[in-house]
Amino acid sequence: MRQTEPVIFELSRPGRSARSQQPAAAQVNIPESLKRRQPPRLPEVSELQAVRHYTRLSQLNFSIDTNFYPLGSCTMKYNPKVCNSLAMLPEFLARHPLAPESTGQGFLSCMYELQGMLEAVTGMKAVSLTPMAGAQGEFAGVAMIRAYHRARGDLQRDEIIVPEAAHGTNPATATMCGMKVREIPCGEDGDVDVAALEAALGPRTAGIMLTNPSTLGVFERRIRDIAAKVHAAGGLLYYDGANLNAILGKVRPGDMGFDVIHMNLHKTFSTPHGGGGPGSGAVGVSERLRPFLPVPVVGRDGGRYRWLDERDLPQTIGRLSGFMGNAGVLLRAYVYMRILGREGMREVAEYSTLNANYLLARLRAIGYEPAYPGRRASHEFIITLQRQAREQGVTAMDFAKRLLDHGYHAPTTYFPLLVPECLLIEPTETEAREELDGFIAAMASLLEEASREPEKLKGAPWTTPVRRLDDVRAARQLDLTWQASPAA
Amino acid sequence: MSYIPHTEEDVRLMLETIGADSIEALFDEIPPELKIKELSGIPPALGEMEVARMMHERAARDGRPLNFIGAGAYEHHIPAPVWAITTRGEIYSAYTPYQAEASQGTLQVIYEYQSMMAALTGMEVSNASLYDGASGLAEACLMAVRAHRRSSSSRILIPRTVNPTYRSCVEAIAGTQGLQFVDLPYVRESGRIDLTALDALAGDDVTALVLQQPNFFGQLEDVDALVNWAHERGALVIAVVNPTSLALLKPPGEWGSRGVDIACGEGQPLGVPLSSGGPYFGFLTTRSQHVRQMPGRIVGRTVDLEGRPGFTLTLQAREQHIRRGKATSNICTNQGLLMTAATIYMSLLGPTGLERVAAACMERTGQLVEALTRVPGVRPAFTGARFHEAVLQMDRPVGPVLEGLAARGIVGGLDLSRSHPELGHALLTCATETRTAEDIEHYAASLAEVLRSVQAA
Repeated sequence: MRQTEPVIFELSRPGRSARSQQPAAAQVNIPESLKRRQPPRLPEVSELQAVRHYTRLSQLNFSIDTNFYPLGSCTMKYNPKVCNSLAMLPEFLARHPLAPESTGQGFLSCMYELQGMLEAVTGMKAVSLTPMAGAQGEFAGVAMIRAYHRARGDLQRDEIIVPEAAHGTNPATATMCGMKVREIPCGEDGDVDVAALEAALGPRTAGIMLTNPSTLGVFERRIRDIAAKVHAAGGLLYYDGANLNAILGKVRPGDMGFDVIHMNLHKTFSTPHGGGGPGSGAVGVSERLRPFLPVPVVGRDGGRYRWLDERDLPQTIGRLSGFMGNAGVLLRAYVYMRILGREGMREVAEYSTLNANYLLARLRAIGYEPAYPGRRASHEFIITLQRQAREQGVTAMDFAKRLLDHGYHAPTTYFPLLVPECLLIEPTETEAREELDGFIAAMASLLEEASREPEKLKGAPWTTPVRRLDDVRAARQLDLTWQASPAA
Repeated sequence: MSYIPHTEEDVRLMLETIGADSIEALFDEIPPELKIKELSGIPPALGEMEVARMMHERAARDGRPLNFIGAGAYEHHIPAPVWAITTRGEIYSAYTPYQAEASQGTLQVIYEYQSMMAALTGMEVSNASLYDGASGLAEACLMAVRAHRRSSSSRILIPRTVNPTYRSCVEAIAGTQGLQFVDLPYVRESGRIDLTALDALAGDDVTALVLQQPNFFGQLEDVDALVNWAHERGALVIAVVNPTSLALLKPPGEWGSRGVDIACGEGQPLGVPLSSGGPYFGFLTTRSQHVRQMPGRIVGRTVDLEGRPGFTLTLQAREQHIRRGKATSNICTNQGLLMTAATIYMSLLGPTGLERVAAACMERTGQLVEALTRVPGVRPAFTGARFHEAVLQMDRPVGPVLEGLAARGIVGGLDLSRSHPELGHALLTCATETRTAEDIEHYAASLAEVLRSVQAA
């Protein structure tokens, strides 16, 4: 098996082409000053060359379809094939986003029902599907909080409270919305430090961004109390849906007291991650934020579905995409939710939690140290390798890289930032016990190696297409585009 | 019906290992009053066969009308290998390539994509893609403000010839950070930016000028003069371009005497299906000097421990997972799957194929305008050079005409009465290489029929 593949430009030869893909030549007149003088340097290859090249490149990847992928906080579960094939029915693919609603009632009915199912499963009152990724959903959420306070003339509220364990997108989003970020610590048990929260609350509080279960892999037990305190101070609560998988069908953010939530459909509802996108970050809101939803939203008049836009929601925070968001991703999520149905939603939470607690119990039994030993795991958990780092000089990164040699994708490393040398492990509900047992056996062999031959870990991975890459060189000697004769 | 592999025996063994009595016991840290008894509002589970039947019925309800709308999303032929490869599980079900050694396929595709987009736009560097063209322009405006340290106004000029939805999107995304947006009018006869209106702005501090080419109406702007005007006054230029057109038209890197500073646009025409508006991808390219102000992922080529070439995410110090509240953007994902499709598309088309696609689109749109303006009551709205879209003026409201066409299986274009009321009854229409001469004649004949039945104004 070949381990590397040339850059496609190296296969290119002047005059070669995938001929059957070219339409007939046409004569056109373009003013001389607007014409392109040199053709763009795109590859000139045959169809088979292109097919073989990109197929080979795909084989250099780990993926859910080929490997266990226990990447914490990312919910790498099976992406059912049928969700893809039904979203790619020719009529759905051919539909122009601006085509009259009369030619899109089938598509719109799916979107309308999807909004309804997402409302039901989160306990929110209204949903907009338009945000194109989790980070855009977060942006929409904070922008709605901002718009809400402004609409009430409450202009001094410019602070967003964020626990230190939060995803980096939370503070980045708050900044993008023109807010100031106030970070608060978590207690020893992983829950938010309520005293610190109380100290942070005040007349400038616009809201708080929370993930529950948190990124520490535990359920925030005092959530009702936190919600009451934030609301009493005049702030709103934002729910980061990164870990919704853990509680699907069991508890609802709306019942916990959240005012706005974004859902990562590419996590909880199993749409593909696609090597880093497309995501989909639908937002749900409580009644008081409904007027501010991003448009368009699907509405229903009698038996007819139609887009609601700025005319229907004059206080909207506006448009976040050129059309209506990642429609094809939404269709995939819709199909997935219909297959799961009411019963299946609960099973997602139950079996992802079962798998996580099983892995945690077994890893603990073979000598790994949980970051929060007194707590139940949610659908994920953290182990810390600070003892190994101290005593054997091997880091969480070394463990992660060595797992690749065993055919397992690495867990999330060094996140959350407040747990030293950590691995955040999320097995998801779609993994069979044998797969988990194989992973445990690999983890056991890593512990063994850490004490006997630590260099096996420090030098890992050994069997992947490339070994550890020189990131410093990558950043210092930038090579971001292919050049015919690379600069020395 | 979920995708759970557990047998009863698995569950028993696993609970025993954990030391819990039941699965429910694993949720004992959740306050009991919060737990829901039953989930209402979600229909019962369906099998794959039932779901497939339902979705086929809904798709059939929508049918496949003959499409003549562009307005930011274009119907092109997509070579069969593009999605056959893109939907391979190794690409489709992989995550963001944080673990470079396990993601060389995705990383190399991004590197090739960056190379192709830089070449197509005539710029030096590209990121790994953004969500879509409209939100990409918002990111480009924010980037311009960061890159242009001497300008203190955060004032961005957005001509009325820029896609109005892009404008709305830019205001929603970038408006929360204190950017100001200023209109530039267009000339009624040509549908191009009014160069004389620029004089009124003399002396104002401007951070950047946005230029769309071809513009929203399909008309070709005098980009050289506009770029030079902006640069002489110390403003940056952000180009919004159609990637297909760049096989024929001068790339933004060559506009004016020193080219634009940032180029961006909607990548959908490069192998991505219309699919009701997404998922698409936005592209963004720039000069090397601005690379650290770029939002989004960037891949670089480097070497591994043994000196072999390999690829990795680089310049991550700009990003949210490192910089948190000080990041260049909150953006996390790119549109990896769509960027992959576009890379395969560009490889299959090559420079000649893409040029032929662009020329065929231009030719067909010319034929469309000719055919439709033969119909009484329809005339071109503008004079001058265009690419593959045109605005037509009608003698009566466009909405009912479009409904009449839709009833005949034709999606005729976009009614501009809301976005550009000053144009009266105006229709934006488009023909790509996928429309045949017969399609165009059929549209013209149907339009004549509809106009006979719809009341004139």
